[in-house]
Amino acid sequence: MKYLEEFSDPVLARKLVDQIHATVTQPWAMMEVCGGQTHTIVRHGIDQLLPDGVEMIHGPGCPVCVTPLEVIDKALEIASQPGVIFCSFGDMLRVPGSGRDLFRVKSEGGDVRVVYSPLDALRVAQQNPDRQVVFFGIGFETTAPPNAMTVYQAKKLGIPNFSLLVSHVRVPPAIEAIMQSPSCRVQGFLAAGHVCSVMGTAEYPELADKYGVPIVVTGFEPLDILAGILRTVSQLEQGEHVVENAYRRAVRDEGNPAAKAMLADVFESTDRAWRGIGMIPQSGWRLSERYREYDAEYRFQVRDITTEESTVCRSGEVLQGLIKPHECSAFGTLCTPRNPLGATMVSSEGACAAYYLYRRLQTPVPAEAVASSG
Amino acid sequence: MCLAVPGKVVEIREEDGTRMGRVDFGGVLKDVCLEYLPDLEIGEYTIVHVGFALQRLDEESAMQSLALFRKLGALEEEFGDQWGLAAKQAGERRPPGTEWNQETVG
Repeated sequence: MKYLEEFSDPVLARKLVDQIHATVTQPWAMMEVCGGQTHTIVRHGIDQLLPDGVEMIHGPGCPVCVTPLEVIDKALEIASQPGVIFCSFGDMLRVPGSGRDLFRVKSEGGDVRVVYSPLDALRVAQQNPDRQVVFFGIGFETTAPPNAMTVYQAKKLGIPNFSLLVSHVRVPPAIEAIMQSPSCRVQGFLAAGHVCSVMGTAEYPELADKYGVPIVVTGFEPLDILAGILRTVSQLEQGEHVVENAYRRAVRDEGNPAAKAMLADVFESTDRAWRGIGMIPQSGWRLSERYREYDAEYRFQVRDITTEESTVCRSGEVLQGLIKPHECSAFGTLCTPRNPLGATMVSSEGACAAYYLYRRLQTPVPAEAVASSG
Repeated sequence: MCLAVPGKVVEIREEDGTRMGRVDFGGVLKDVCLEYLPDLEIGEYTIVHVGFALQRLDEESAMQSLALFRKLGALEEEFGDQWGLAAKQAGERRPPGTEWNQETVG
């Protein structure tokens, strides 16, 4: 398919890998923010093609993984109520709440439906005027414009039985939180390309400057990832830290103005707890005052939620890039995609799922050991 | 879920006052909301995420990136990064002070 195959060309990939080897003189650690990029990296073994000591730290950019447990439990509670049709993207079905998941709610008789687009959920609401239809609106800046448009349409068309359970998160505050962590080892970032397709690049120069880190906007195909890595190590080797766009075919500096205007109308900034990481100030979006009547949290007063996280699961450390998935004792034994203890083992963007799918039969050497022996 | 897929716009229409279209993903056709790209035209490629076109794909930028990637090896062959080649043969990192001044890629 156009724009996919040509950016997976193995001959050009080899050239980029060679160029990275020719550039690097010392160990570097960089983070790919987005879970989609983590999957490309692990699936194609890109991290294993890099020079010794050049490490990819997997970031928290898996929307399913960072959705707070409390919100998952609220979703489960609302989805269990009679008269409710609960619509969600498919990858939320098996995300563990405190003890169960949406898949289980459905098996127990709840009306849980998988939709491809939030607009499909709105259609369900139009077709079922006597039922409450709730859409689970999670995700980063990429998914926020579709959800915003759906709420806008609900208001415009007057569809009173539709509401959104919102838990949006944003990348720049997460980068800030990562850099402020005392255990942070990240020296550069591959920024998430499709987040920037919407938001543009204006939020990043300040971060690059403040923390002295190169930030390279990067796409999702193997050549995109390699080009992002090459630009990052080139900057690091030259002692530079600027924002570069290595994904020009899909990212303009100004982002998508129409989508940004809609976001500004429908959402407002809020503090948000990230699952496994904790509270990050002003890192989320919720519905603005004008659209509050479409907020499922207000429509359904779900109270008395006591959350309970697995005691064994170390997905929080995985999400912060502190450990690699296989360094968790539960990985591949107690915790598998069939019986996930943490969301990172469920999602197609979770680092644990990527390692389980593509690398479970290998026993990779921890990066620290590689770096010290090199 | 954050996956966004490139596709080609094959049809544009209005639905409930909303700009919608059909997008071809290598043979799979999907209804897509085009409201965020008011000037996107039939025949253009776009990045689609959960049923929404979020950004047009710029053919020229794509071609430039690929051309620069192709040029990488050619440059090396033409000007010869001898330290880099030797380091690669030795399976080690290049020694400090032997950095290769390459053009940055697009």
